[in-house]
Amino acid sequence: MKTWTFFLAGLAVGALTFGAARLTGNDYVFFAGYVVLQSVVLATAWNILGGYTGYVNFGSSAFFAVGAYTTVFFYKTFPMPVPLLVLCGGVVSGIIGLGMGYLTLRLRGAFFAIATIALLVVLQTLIVNWTYVGGSRGAYIIRPQSVPLLGSYIQYLFLIMLTLAVVAVTCARLIERSQLGFGFAAIRDDEMAAEASGVPTLKLKLIATTISGAFMGMAGAPFPYYISYLQPSSAFVLDYSVNAIAMSMIGGTSTWLGPVIGALLLGTLQQVASVTASPAVNLLIVGLLLIFFVIVAPNGIVGLAQSLRARMRR
Amino acid sequence: MSELLAVENLGKKFGGFVALDGINLSVRKGERLGLIGPNGSGKSTFVNCICGTLRNETGSVRFEGALLDGKIAHQRTRIGLARSFQLPRPFMTMSVADNLRIPLLYTVNARSGPRITSGDAAARTHELLALVGLEAKALHRPSDLTQIEMRKLELARAIATEPKLLIADEAMAGLSQSEIDDILKLLMQLNERGITVILIEHIMSAVMSFSQRLVVFVSGRKIADGVPTDVMRDPDVVRAYLG
Ligand SMILES: Nc1ncnc2c1ncn2[C@@H]1O[C@H](COP(=O)(O)OP(=O)(O)OP(=O)(O)O)[C@@H](O)[C@H]1O
Ligand SMILES: [Mg+2]
Repeated sequence: MKTWTFFLAGLAVGALTFGAARLTGNDYVFFAGYVVLQSVVLATAWNILGGYTGYVNFGSSAFFAVGAYTTVFFYKTFPMPVPLLVLCGGVVSGIIGLGMGYLTLRLRGAFFAIATIALLVVLQTLIVNWTYVGGSRGAYIIRPQSVPLLGSYIQYLFLIMLTLAVVAVTCARLIERSQLGFGFAAIRDDEMAAEASGVPTLKLKLIATTISGAFMGMAGAPFPYYISYLQPSSAFVLDYSVNAIAMSMIGGTSTWLGPVIGALLLGTLQQVASVTASPAVNLLIVGLLLIFFVIVAPNGIVGLAQSLRARMRR
Repeated sequence: MSELLAVENLGKKFGGFVALDGINLSVRKGERLGLIGPNGSGKSTFVNCICGTLRNETGSVRFEGALLDGKIAHQRTRIGLARSFQLPRPFMTMSVADNLRIPLLYTVNARSGPRITSGDAAARTHELLALVGLEAKALHRPSDLTQIEMRKLELARAIATEPKLLIADEAMAGLSQSEIDDILKLLMQLNERGITVILIEHIMSAVMSFSQRLVVFVSGRKIADGVPTDVMRDPDVVRAYLG
């Protein structure tokens, strides 16, 4: 399928989802759906770096938070419509991603992962001490009661996140099938052999950290409007980092579809669990599923399906 | 004939261990050079320093007159330096054919000149696989290959970069005599097309039949350099290497 066809099909699926959600006539569906879609974006973004190039980033929540705080900053200095804020959050987080890439160019494996955690701590400390955006006390965002055409504001935010999810997934799929994605895979498999084959590994890694960071920031940009009161501790939570990794791994990291399936499945499960049980159960679900998949199906649901199909063909 | 590769006073240490000690070597365009030496004498380290996989501490490498200092590995590949790894390093999650696509996309297409389209690339990878006798494995993963087939893939991937200088680091270990002959024939063909070849091998019959000139390393030093039959009679070589 051509990229444009895929994108339009994605939008069509999105439109159907939105229509179905409206039929329920219950705003809670939008509140919960927003979080699931946010997971789709975060997992897809994580996978562009972690799945395609093999560099495990534990700092997803830092990029998410940077997007959210970019919104807070502009809310105070130069108010803009949310779609523009999403772009701003993407630019700022993309730059942070590029910076992280530069600083960690020579680090591999566990060392890279630890460096991303360090980045998380550093950025959180910065925000906690920056009183202009609320510091440790947090910042209030007053969101309009309603928007024209749609009615409730949450539907508007849901629609933005839905569009972003379609864009992010289309972009991931495009990368995967392009020369860039091929180069990413070479880096993941063997960096030394990739260089020897002419792959500019440093440049490609920077591209990956930038794109990945940018999408995470975009996912975070509407967040202040979603919760209306943003604290450092609600944006810099390790949950986002862990979820992005877990969802990608459970779905399968080698294709764009994996993070989507993982995020829809785990995200929905978590939403159901948070209503029927406690937040602690949430983490338990993630943990157990992750252990199960690492042991039974290390290539995730997509990998499992692929190997089943291959076996049937033989 | 003009000079293609000029290595001057090349030195490399691993911690306190001197792996290469002031190596000088000049290779002419179109030459077939054999490089031998006991295990651990520094042959692969030499290749790694020339190709930018490792940084040498002293000395310099020139390729077609241009100093390579500071050029990273992929840049050296793009200007025409290719090597196979002694221990094969295939891209494990890609098909055998896709392993060869990487150098086509990232090296051949990075040069000025006609770009390889994806249709051309398919034909080209097929051709390359046929050269080393792996056509039947095109769609397999490298994990399905035997160690020997992986060596062939390793060599094919280096050839795919369309190099000016090809360094084959023990591409023949473990191969049968007829397979060795096939690879030698292939290297000869490439050489006839103008590609300079450095062959690193322990199999003496192969080295002797292939090389126009023979260089011997012992403990990180070059102890002999000359006509193969003369070198093999050199008392130092006989003592250090064959003795
Ligand atoms: N990355 C490294 N770190 C430390 N020591 C190394 C490293 N690479 C090689 N060496 C050491 O340097 C010496 C030269 O190794 P090298 O691989 O260049 O030898 P070689 O001539 O290619 O041997 P062989 O014929 O077995 O392939 C050996 O003693 C080896 O142990
Ligand atoms: Mg060696």
